[in-house]
Amino acid sequence: MGTAVRRPAKLWLRLYVAGQAPNSVRAIGNVKAICLEHFASRHRLEIVDVLQHPQRGLTDGIIVTPTLVKLLPLPVRRVVGNLSDTNQLLLALTSTGNPAPIPRRRRL
Amino acid sequence: MKSRSAPVTVPKVLTGIRGFDDITAGGLPRGRTTLVMGGPGCGKTVFALQTLVNGARRDKEAGVFVAFEEETSQIVANASTFGWDLPALARKKLLFFDARLSPDAIKAGEFDLVGLLGLLRSKADAMHATRIVFDGMDVLLGLLDNPAAEHREIYRIREWLSETGLTGIITQKVGGNNGDHRYHFLQFMVDCVIMLRHQVVDGSAFRNLRVIKYRGSGFSADEFPITLTAAGLQLTHRGPTELTYAVSDERISSGLSRLDHMLQGGYHRGSNILISGAPGTAKSTLAGLFAAAACVRGERTLYVSFDEGAAQIVRNLRSVGIHFAPHLKSGLLQMLSMRSRGPNVVDQFGALRARVRDLNPRCLVIDPLSALSTNATHLALADAAHLFLDFLKMEGITVVNTSLVDGVGTDEVTATAISAIADTWIQVSYVVQDGERNRALTIVKSRGTWHSNQVRELTLSSEGVTLADVFIAQGKVLMGVARWEWEQEEQAGAKRTHVAAELKRLQLQLAQAEAAARLEVVRTEMEARSAEIAVLADATGSASTLLKTDRAVLRKMRHADEDVRPGAHTAPRARAATVGRRRVH
Repeated sequence: MGTAVRRPAKLWLRLYVAGQAPNSVRAIGNVKAICLEHFASRHRLEIVDVLQHPQRGLTDGIIVTPTLVKLLPLPVRRVVGNLSDTNQLLLALTSTGNPAPIPRRRRL
Repeated sequence: MKSRSAPVTVPKVLTGIRGFDDITAGGLPRGRTTLVMGGPGCGKTVFALQTLVNGARRDKEAGVFVAFEEETSQIVANASTFGWDLPALARKKLLFFDARLSPDAIKAGEFDLVGLLGLLRSKADAMHATRIVFDGMDVLLGLLDNPAAEHREIYRIREWLSETGLTGIITQKVGGNNGDHRYHFLQFMVDCVIMLRHQVVDGSAFRNLRVIKYRGSGFSADEFPITLTAAGLQLTHRGPTELTYAVSDERISSGLSRLDHMLQGGYHRGSNILISGAPGTAKSTLAGLFAAAACVRGERTLYVSFDEGAAQIVRNLRSVGIHFAPHLKSGLLQMLSMRSRGPNVVDQFGALRARVRDLNPRCLVIDPLSALSTNATHLALADAAHLFLDFLKMEGITVVNTSLVDGVGTDEVTATAISAIADTWIQVSYVVQDGERNRALTIVKSRGTWHSNQVRELTLSSEGVTLADVFIAQGKVLMGVARWEWEQEEQAGAKRTHVAAELKRLQLQLAQAEAAARLEVVRTEMEARSAEIAVLADATGSASTLLKTDRAVLRKMRHADEDVRPGAHTAPRARAATVGRRRVH
């Protein structure tokens, strides 16, 4: 856990945020730090503010913010949250198998 | 019924859900949030969706449906059973927003709904939407998995709604007596809370609705039965506590003139009539007569039958001279066959109510109403039947219900639940006598009208239905062949009496003639006697004169001197003549 596997393929990320909402602001900081630390220059990061560009959010099916989408390398992966959970984030960005699902509360 | 009569200050938005707008005096609070809670399958989604659909269709208000739990295409497909034509509405007035989080998504820290609400706002603004539904809030809150975050997001939604001025409905699953903080918190947050409940009583499922809170408005706090009909959800309520139906003095024919006569002119318009009896006592026939008579008057009529197909009823009634075919063809008569063992009794009455609204008949037949009791508790049936009849009364629809009484006896108990609210109760029963089974009809009660207390015999034939007088002999009611014999006997008796009288008259005439004849004999005899007397008197007179003359002649001849004493010489002779005449008589 936590060991970043460096891959030759370029990492392409897109982060959907909602203006200056605290979680969104934190997510931007977190994703930038991770990229800098683990992926250095081999990454591309887009930040989309759905409040500014609602149509993009709608088209891409953004439900909650912040949402990070790993477009490349495949498979496409979605991570929701302010990305403060670095372990989960790295797992999502590097693993190719089944991701750990979001723990769901017991159905009531 | 607990009813707060505070003045209504909160602006409201009609849900278009029948009954609900009545109990809340106008629907949901406009520009505020309503929470709809309930277990699975209670109808939360339908309630929310129906409110949107009605808004779009009736009030031309656009709406947004945010689905957290179900796929939107599935929601649209499910709702297609209600005939709302969602695809057409979805193009213009409704937006279905699939807000399900991908199950593959990974959670890495806290998230919020700022983005979602921003997106929804842009959409809602573009559509000029006024209503929004968040369906399956529990799913979303489950993802947050943090009480503080949940509270925060609920707050956010509420704030967002009040900012945008949208009327919001949040649906939320709950199970049983849930003590979860989340639900209490939600209830405090919103302006209106509606609880839906699904329960099973004696194997029948019932859905109920209850308004738990409504800020700034009066509401009825009772639990009301709700039903899912072809047109969507509807709520059954008693209406105002005060009964204020228009009452009609108009009489309409029962279809049987003799029965009309027994009821002083027929059934009252808008009343409900119960015909109870054992199987085969011609309940359906009486109901059929009523329906046919209504059609002949040109009144739209609905004939609802349970467990018996329309074609079968038409055929059976034709055999007693009641012809439905022309009325079915003209469209005046509609027939609806339902299965008694189907959904629960509340749903059945709900479905029936919806059909009645659709067809808007003047006259209605339910044959038999008691079919519904087979899968309902007594109370539930009585309640549902009561509400339904109440509704019909409000609409001024005249209804003839038949009720099957179990067994062949004269058990009047089974129908009690309905009979208590029936305006006219006609009972048909069998009378078994002298090896026959005959049908007897009596009017048990008829409100607001004098009615005959007599038992009548009901006879069916291919020519039709007749009601005949019955006879009482030796303390027994005579029916069937016994009645016929009695009638024959009466006719024969009358004939005998007539003949006897004629005979007597002739005898008397004869006696009279005899007497007259005798009188003639006596009179003739009298005449004869009188004649004799006259003759005799004449003879006597001549004799006396002769005697005097003779004596005078004799004296002259003797030259006797005249007796100077007055009467001296005549007296003795006159005396003698008198004696002699006496002797003659």
